[in-house]
Amino acid sequence: MTARTFRYFIPLLAVAAAALCSMALIALSGRDPFMIFEKLFRATFASGYGTGQVLFKTTTLIFTGLAVALPFKARLFNIGGEGQLQLAALAAAITGALLPSSVPPIAAVPLAALAAMAAGAIWGASAGLLKVRFGVNEVISTIMLNFIAQAAAGYLLTRRFAEPSTEHTTEIGRASMLPKIDELSGLFTGSPANITLLLALGAALCAALFLFRSRGGYELRAVGLQPEAAAWAGIRSGHHVTAVMTVAGAVAGLGALNLVSGYKHYYEAGLTGGFGFSGIAVALLAGAHPLWIVPAALFFGLLEYGGLAVGAYVPKDIFMIIQALTILIVIVLNARKL
Amino acid sequence: MQNAIRLTAISKNFGTVKACSNVSLSIRSGAIYAVVGENGAGKSTLARLIYGMHQPDGGSMEINGSPVTFASPGDAIAAGVGMVHQHFMLVPTLTVTENVMLGLEKQSLFSTLDPKNSAENIRQLSLKYGMAVDPLAPVSTLSVGQEQRVEILKVLYRNARILILDEPTAVLTPLETDQLFAVLRSLAKEGKTILIITHKLDEVLALADTVTVMSRGSVTGTLPCQETSKEELARMMVGRSVLLRVENPPPSPKKTMLTVENLGYRTATGIEKLEGVSFSVREGEIFGIAGVEGNGQSELLSLLWGLHDRNGRVSGKIIFEGSDITGKNPAQIAGLGVSHIPENRLKHAVISGFSVADNMIFGRHREKRFHQGFGFDRQAVTRYALELGKTYDIRCTDLENTPLGALSGGNQQKVVVARELDRPGMKLLILAQPTRGVDIGAIEQIHRSIIGARDRGAAILLVSSELDELIALSTRIGALYQGSIRRIFTREEVSEGRKRGRPFEEELGLSIT
Repeated sequence: MTARTFRYFIPLLAVAAAALCSMALIALSGRDPFMIFEKLFRATFASGYGTGQVLFKTTTLIFTGLAVALPFKARLFNIGGEGQLQLAALAAAITGALLPSSVPPIAAVPLAALAAMAAGAIWGASAGLLKVRFGVNEVISTIMLNFIAQAAAGYLLTRRFAEPSTEHTTEIGRASMLPKIDELSGLFTGSPANITLLLALGAALCAALFLFRSRGGYELRAVGLQPEAAAWAGIRSGHHVTAVMTVAGAVAGLGALNLVSGYKHYYEAGLTGGFGFSGIAVALLAGAHPLWIVPAALFFGLLEYGGLAVGAYVPKDIFMIIQALTILIVIVLNARKL
Repeated sequence: MQNAIRLTAISKNFGTVKACSNVSLSIRSGAIYAVVGENGAGKSTLARLIYGMHQPDGGSMEINGSPVTFASPGDAIAAGVGMVHQHFMLVPTLTVTENVMLGLEKQSLFSTLDPKNSAENIRQLSLKYGMAVDPLAPVSTLSVGQEQRVEILKVLYRNARILILDEPTAVLTPLETDQLFAVLRSLAKEGKTILIITHKLDEVLALADTVTVMSRGSVTGTLPCQETSKEELARMMVGRSVLLRVENPPPSPKKTMLTVENLGYRTATGIEKLEGVSFSVREGEIFGIAGVEGNGQSELLSLLWGLHDRNGRVSGKIIFEGSDITGKNPAQIAGLGVSHIPENRLKHAVISGFSVADNMIFGRHREKRFHQGFGFDRQAVTRYALELGKTYDIRCTDLENTPLGALSGGNQQKVVVARELDRPGMKLLILAQPTRGVDIGAIEQIHRSIIGARDRGAAILLVSSELDELIALSTRIGALYQGSIRRIFTREEVSEGRKRGRPFEEELGLSIT
């Protein structure tokens, strides 16, 4: 097997290896692994509700995964998905709540989406500019920006936007809400899966087209692979770094639509609950390929919701361990010299 | 006297590239031995083979008379071989003593260090060989010359009896160079064996006892320094490996396309790289620039392509079709109809991970013909790649899916040449080492394409270290020496010289040394 073809099997190998490890862990916790897997399956894909829950998680993970994968192609590691998502969620919730009820859905939803994208984009662009102007490593700046985002969102929520005696913002107007798939088709009864899922799939497709079919993507990949050669070909890497970080922030921001417009209808502390960080795992498992992001997000969505669903039998932490193991195995296999 | 190093038929390949083939040499104990050659001649690879950084694919090595194989530099150090790298490997925040001791701490984790004693030893050592450095000074406060002394001390402190120095003078001022040479001479007097890798011929003659010349991975000759001259070495270095019998019909130069006026460049650290360089290139002629590596070619090329280090100081003008292009960026310069084939193909001209087809539009990917609506027109790109592949005889069965890195050096270069020569509206072509690392068949083809472009009316600037290549192709030749054009050979002189052959080559060689 050549190195090239082997690479395609890495994610599958990693998932299989992680599954074996999880069986051992479950057995160690005193449960029958096959029973747990059966329960997991029953709680998720066996029911419409469970499937919907998994797809709901998958939706956000596709966005946050893309937000890591795109900069990755320019050899940038965007750890800031969480902060970008958090600020975007707050921005979407505030916009949705402030819009007068006379604004029709056709305008209200895009406005909320724009607000979310703008908030995320500003956060992503800051890291990009810090890198280009001052040479600040993007890993450090995005981590720091996460802290700032968390503190700022917390402050704005409690001091300014929270409903009196609650810990969430005012509910957004009807016009800013996105319909659940259940309401449209009767599928996934009662689950929070909403039509943002289609937007996520569209975003993954657009990202793939951008990367592999457009001039911008071509230049971006060149910058990532051989920055010096890119410079000789007249490609200005600084522009690409800023642009891709801005776009990544905006894409992470779109994930907020799923949480706010599609599900909760308001912002509350903990709403984004680590989706931004799981996005890093999704992107790594997918080898930063925008289309592979979709199955990778589905896998992590399954573990996230499935872990909750079988929480009565085994600690949810086991599933977090599996997530982490999968990524470690991917990295080890990728680093292996053939 | 005993041989310190003896290599027999050492070979090393990287993929299909023969970095060293069948290299044999023996270095007497206590000698100063030089290996010279152009970039890519294989001299650095040879040094790394001796130091255990690479393992040879064939041949054998003896150190002080006993056969050895080094799996790593650790083995080499244990056998008394030390290397001073071109790029220093020092920790700036630590002191000289700490840097020298680094890696020699006692093996147990909490054993105490004895820095005072070591500092004293280092002081003794540095005085003995005339290398004044303060053992307690942090490395970050030292000059480049002093940093190099620390590197040498590191090697001596480990009791090396054989010292390999890779391009030791590349970063030194003339004064520092003299001091280094004095140190090396005193080391040799103490019985140490010195192997110095360089391309500076003056220095070789001033310092070494014996010199081996390498070209394209093989030894072209070994001579005692007393019995040779710069001219002879230069000729051996640039080599005559290629039989250049490409048809070169008389050119018909027209209006001036590129004028370089009194161009000067000084680096941010104050080193004068170019001074008062003036020449012009006309439509339908090939202006050659001859020069041994390191005489300002790279700086000239990066200035012409707008990629020089902006912290340096530029003086003079570069005028293309009547307008000054100094300070423009590569995309703007290319947009005016300038094609460029850079010196370092793998690093600067291609993306090895991209497909061959994608590389055929690299740098030209902004052209409208390759686009349709939002993205690339894949069909147009493929069609174009097939067309170029056929015209330039690029041997590759699947242009769309083969990564460029999988092609041979010759085919890679053909991709670059094809792409740049085929640039629509090309008025000026800047070529640097167009046939370096390319097999003979491909060389002929590339040469024919260059002459073809000239006859279609392009102005061509050819920078090459292969004298025979320059003579075969050029209309006029400028000899670049130490940052200035020393002499320009006229059209008559060059066409006359082409017939004279060897004597003209010697005359040209003389003007660049």
